[in-house]
Amino acid sequence: MRSSWFLLCAVAVGAAVFGLSRLVQSEYFFFAGYVVLQYIVLATAWNILGGYTGYVNFGSAAFFAIGAYASVAIYKLRTLSGVVAIDDHVLFEIPKALLVWLSDLPIPVLIVIGGMIAGLVGLGTGYLTLRLRGAFFAIATLALAVVVQTLITNWDYVGGSRGAYILRPASAPLVGNYIEYLFLIMLSLAVIAVAAARAIETSRLGYGFATIRDDELAAEASGVPTLKLKLIATTLSGAFMGMAGAPLPYYVTYLDPASGFSLAYAVNSIAMPLVGGTTTWVGPLVGAILLGTIQQIATVTISSAVNLLIVGLILIAFVIIAPNGLVGLVQGWFRKKDT
Amino acid sequence: MGIPYELLINAVIAGLLLGGFYAAVTLGVSISFGILDIVNIAHPAFIILGSYIAYIVNSKLGVDPIVVSIVMAPAFYALGALIYQVYYVSFEKRGQEALRSLAFFFGLLFVTEVTLILVFGVDYRYVEAAYIGPTLRFGFVDLPLRMLVPCLMSILLFLALQYFLSRSFLGRAINAVAQDQLALKLMAADPTRIKRIAFGLSIATAALAGALLIIIQPVEPSVGREYIGRVFAICVLGGLGSLPGTMIGAVLLGVVESLTSTFYGPSWAPAVAFGFLLLTLAFRPAGILGR
Repeated sequence: MRSSWFLLCAVAVGAAVFGLSRLVQSEYFFFAGYVVLQYIVLATAWNILGGYTGYVNFGSAAFFAIGAYASVAIYKLRTLSGVVAIDDHVLFEIPKALLVWLSDLPIPVLIVIGGMIAGLVGLGTGYLTLRLRGAFFAIATLALAVVVQTLITNWDYVGGSRGAYILRPASAPLVGNYIEYLFLIMLSLAVIAVAAARAIETSRLGYGFATIRDDELAAEASGVPTLKLKLIATTLSGAFMGMAGAPLPYYVTYLDPASGFSLAYAVNSIAMPLVGGTTTWVGPLVGAILLGTIQQIATVTISSAVNLLIVGLILIAFVIIAPNGLVGLVQGWFRKKDT
Repeated sequence: MGIPYELLINAVIAGLLLGGFYAAVTLGVSISFGILDIVNIAHPAFIILGSYIAYIVNSKLGVDPIVVSIVMAPAFYALGALIYQVYYVSFEKRGQEALRSLAFFFGLLFVTEVTLILVFGVDYRYVEAAYIGPTLRFGFVDLPLRMLVPCLMSILLFLALQYFLSRSFLGRAINAVAQDQLALKLMAADPTRIKRIAFGLSIATAALAGALLIIIQPVEPSVGREYIGRVFAICVLGGLGSLPGTMIGAVLLGVVESLTSTFYGPSWAPAVAFGFLLLTLAFRPAGILGR
């Protein structure tokens, strides 16, 4: 199937999901659905690097939080005076009206900005560590999460360790209800992410990624520009994670480093593709819907700490027992039936 | 110079002591990651587990945390051997170490942390021992026993491991596994068994490192995460597989972190390790004493 056709189908599915969810008439459904959709974006983003090229990123929470805090930083522009000065010597003054206008940018614009910043961070980290063995990149991303959290915690402008409050606008464009609006945005982002992942998978780029995953040395020897491809993958993956994070401040209305950098994001964005299956776009989608829904149910019925434990145990069980995830299990089952 | 030299000297000495302790935390990873090539990112979680065991026994029975950790070391060894066995059967044998084994260790890290949170909550826990309060003073130089004792224990651990790895038959066998696994097989030795022993040993050091950690600072389950960056930064900085390199790297990081927190504030200290890691990876990936 051509990528443009696939995009159309994905949009149709997305529209159907949105139409059906409006029938549910429950605010909570949109709250929970937003989280599941957010995980679809995160898992798909992680898979572009982790599943397609085989480089493990443990720092999903950092990229996600970069997107979220980019939105907070923009929102907080309204608190600045706009005077740029060195030692009481005023250089120039940014009109207050401009700052207020900037701080009210619509969420889709925030998503683009958050995505660009997170993508650049991904590019930088990748550039310094991707020339080495994969393990170094993985370790660097683990450390990156701690460092970015340190920086944000020390940055008073975005609230530091106290956190930041965001006042949502009274009404939302298009649909009126703000939570439905956020749901719609995240749904569109999920459609875009999944369509992008599928387009990559079936393109020259995707085949290049696959050669890196299967045998990087052989790929390099046959002329595949491995470093360039890896950097593209890291940037894309980081950018989508940042995009997933950008609307978060408006969803939670109060963001502090502990919740923005929650380990839940890191562990889920790894567990979901691995449980679903890493080699195709279907895997992260299935994994995210499954694990995301289980967690939403477990959070309500048991507790949020226990549901993270469940995710961790499922992750361990799957990497040991079903190395190719649910997709691999289904494929294996069909193959057995054929022979 | 605007910097008072007394402050500077004390910061350097505090850094040396801290570095000595970092060595204890890193030696285990130096064995698993450096020699065996197993990227055990869950190591800090086992250290925290060691801290909690030291805390439980210390608060219930009043036993010295270091004694507890030495008694617990065989149990940690067994745990390590078991984990290696699972790792071998599910990843090494199938030849797909990279992605899934990393996810496996990440899962272990995560499950250990969440379990500790569920059982003990997120309160800071600490131990009591005679050497935790007092400070030795030589003129203006402060030597808090709370830092000095872990540093000395760490040096002892380093000497013992270095002696074991370079002199004993088994230790040399472990080094041989790192060099050429196939050759070892051809000589009718079992590399899996040797690696199991080495990995067990690396987890056993986590028991001691955990006790030292809870002597130095109060511990809560997520403290381990701060050590992931440090541990691997030291390991890479010192040169993979070299225990003396690990020692040098640890002391270097300790001193730079101590200077950073003295002159710029303690909240910036975690960023130092990351800077070290990135710079080393970018300019000298082989590390100081790398092979």
